[in-house]
Amino acid sequence: MLRTLKSKLFVAALAFTACGIAPAADVVGAGSTFVYPVMAKWSADYRAATQTRINYQAIGSGGGIAQIKARTVDFGASDKPLDAAELAAANLVQFPLVIGGVVPVVNVAGVAPGSIRFNGTVLGDIFLGKIKRWNDAAIVALNPGLNLPDQAITVVHRSDGSGTTFNFTNYLSKVNAEWKTKAGEGITVRWPVGIGGKGNEGVAAYVKQIKGGIGYVELTYALQSKMSYALMQNAAGEFVAPNEETFQAAADSAEWDKAQDFNLVITNAPGAKAWPIAATVFVMMNKQPKNADNAKAALAYFDWVFANGAKQASALHYVSLPAKVQAQAKAHWSTALKY
Amino acid sequence: MQETLIAAAERRASRDARHDRRFRWMLAGAGVFVLLALGGAALSMLWGGREAFATFGLDFVTSATWDPIGQQFGAWVPIYGTLVTAAIAMLIAIPVSFGIALFLTEVAPTWLRTPIGTAIELLAGIPSIIYGMWGLFVFVPMLAEHVYPWVDANLGQWPLIGSLFAGPPLGIGTLTAGLVLAIMVVPFISSVMRDVFLTVPTRLKESAYALGSTRWEVVWDVVLPYTRSAVIGGIFLGLGRALGETMAVTFVLGNAHELSTSLLMPGNSIAATIANEFAEADTDLYRSSLIALGFLLFVVTFIVLALAKLMLRQLAKREGR
Repeated sequence: MLRTLKSKLFVAALAFTACGIAPAADVVGAGSTFVYPVMAKWSADYRAATQTRINYQAIGSGGGIAQIKARTVDFGASDKPLDAAELAAANLVQFPLVIGGVVPVVNVAGVAPGSIRFNGTVLGDIFLGKIKRWNDAAIVALNPGLNLPDQAITVVHRSDGSGTTFNFTNYLSKVNAEWKTKAGEGITVRWPVGIGGKGNEGVAAYVKQIKGGIGYVELTYALQSKMSYALMQNAAGEFVAPNEETFQAAADSAEWDKAQDFNLVITNAPGAKAWPIAATVFVMMNKQPKNADNAKAALAYFDWVFANGAKQASALHYVSLPAKVQAQAKAHWSTALKY
Repeated sequence: MQETLIAAAERRASRDARHDRRFRWMLAGAGVFVLLALGGAALSMLWGGREAFATFGLDFVTSATWDPIGQQFGAWVPIYGTLVTAAIAMLIAIPVSFGIALFLTEVAPTWLRTPIGTAIELLAGIPSIIYGMWGLFVFVPMLAEHVYPWVDANLGQWPLIGSLFAGPPLGIGTLTAGLVLAIMVVPFISSVMRDVFLTVPTRLKESAYALGSTRWEVVWDVVLPYTRSAVIGGIFLGLGRALGETMAVTFVLGNAHELSTSLLMPGNSIAATIANEFAEADTDLYRSSLIALGFLLFVVTFIVLALAKLMLRQLAKREGR
C-alpha cells in the first residue's frame, strides 16, 4: 500500500516537474493497472540512470489500448493480447513485457497458505456455484489430508473489469467446458454466483472477512495480506505453488514462437512446473507514431527493462521474461518497428 | 434649481431602473444556468446511451441480465438495488434525524446543543470513501458475526417477510448498504430539521404549552406543521444523496448483478455499477449501456422527487390550504 502510494507520489512529482521546466517531452504510456507498481519502479530507476522520464498512467488495459490506437500515447500496456487482425487494423505492434500470476485464495478455518489443492474442474465448478460446500466430495478427493468443514462456499470475484479476471476466466474456460459455455472469458464476465469486490484489495478484503470465502488475486496481494493461497494442478498433472519459479516455468513452456504477434495467453501452460494461471503484460506500440523520437525512447526503455529490470520485478513478485522470449520480443520489434 | 433637482432625481431613477434590470438579468441567468446544466447533463447522457436504448429498447429497463461477454445489458438489478438501498436508508434516517433535531431544539440542555450540533455538521463533512472503508472493515464484520446470524435465525423464519431476512450472514449486502447510507444521510437531514425547528416562533409553542399540551403534542401539532415543507426539503436532500451515493455503497453492497429477495444478499446499484465498470468497458455498446444507466439514475431520481412533491400537494389539499 505504502509502496504504491510512494510510487504514485513519484509519478505525480514527475508530472509536476514535467509541466514546469522540462523542455524534452516525456515518454508517455497508459494502460494496465496490473503492471503499474513495477512500471513505476522501473521508471524511477530508469530516470536515475538515463535522465529520461517515463510517464505511465494506469488507466486500465481497455483505456491503454484505446489511447495507443488514437496515438495519444507512446505506448499502451494491456493484460490481454490483441489478435493479428486488430493489430493490423490499428497499425500496432505487440510484444510481451513481464509475467505475473493470479492465485486462488480461500478463507477456511484450519487451511494454511499453500495447503489446499484445486484443479481446473473443481475451481471452475466452485465459481459456477455447482460445488456449494467446503466438504464437497470433489474438494475432499483432492485434499485427503485436510479436515474441511461443512461450511457454505462464498465466491468473491472482481466487480470492475480487470486483466486479472481475464487471465483467470481464460484459464477456467480452457479447463472447464461448462464454464466456457456459461460464463466465458473476458475482463469482466457474467458471474453465475458470488459477490464482487473492487480491485485486488476489494477481493482480498472480502475473502478475509467472509468465512468460507474463495476469491482470486494477484500473488502480491495474497502474500501481503497473508492469505491462504491454493496449490493448483497444472496441465502436466503436477500440483504447484504460485511463486517466481512456477511463473517463469509457465512463460518458458508457453509456445511463443508459434503465436503470431505474441497473441498468446499463457494460462494452462504445458511445463511440469508451470503455474497454470500465469499472466503476461503486453506492450502495444504504433508503427507510425506521432512522435518518432519518443517511440524510439520508449523502445530504449524496454530494452533497458529487459536487461536490468529483473531485480525490481522479483521484489514486487513479478517475473521478468525468460531470456528466450526477450530475444524473440526484441527481434520482433526491431523488424516490425522502423523509426 | 428645482429643475436640476428633478433632473438629478430622474437620472437617479432611470439609473436605478437600469440597475434593477441588470440585476434581474443576472438572477435570471443564474436560474437558467441551473436549468441548462441539468438539461445538458441529461441530454448528453441520453445521447451517450442512445446505442443501448436503440439496441435493447424497453428491455434495457426491465431485463435483469447483465452480460458483458454476450453483450446483453439490462438495468433492472441496479435500478432495484438503488431504490431498495435508498428506501432502507430513508426508513431509518428520517425517524432518527427527527429525534436528533427535536432533542437539540426542544429537550437538550442549552450547554449540550452546540457541541452536538457541531458534531452533526462535522459528520456531514466526512468523505463518502471513509464511510465505505469504515463500513467494510468495521461494520461488516460486526454485522456478520453478531447481527445477521440472529436476523437469519429469527426474522428469517417469519411468514411473508421472512424471505427478506433469510440468507447466509455474509455481512455484505443490500441491508448493510442501506444501513451505511442511513448513517451518511442522517447529518444532512437532521441539520436541516434542526435549523427549521429553531424558526418556529416561541409564542406559538408557549401558547400550546399554556393550553396544557404535552411536549409530544406541541411537536406534532405545532412545530411539524409549521415547518413541514422545509422538513421535507431536508428529506429530499438526504434522499438525493442516498440515490446517488457511489463509493460507500460499492464497498459494502457486494456488486453482484443478481436479483435476490433477501436483503442480506449482495446486489448492485446504478452508481456503483458505473464506478466499477466504466474504466474497463471495452465495447461501444457496453460503454453506451453504462451511460444509459446514468441517464436512468436521472430518471429514477426525477420520478422519486416528483412523486414526493405530488404527495406533498395532496397533503396540503387535504388540510384545505
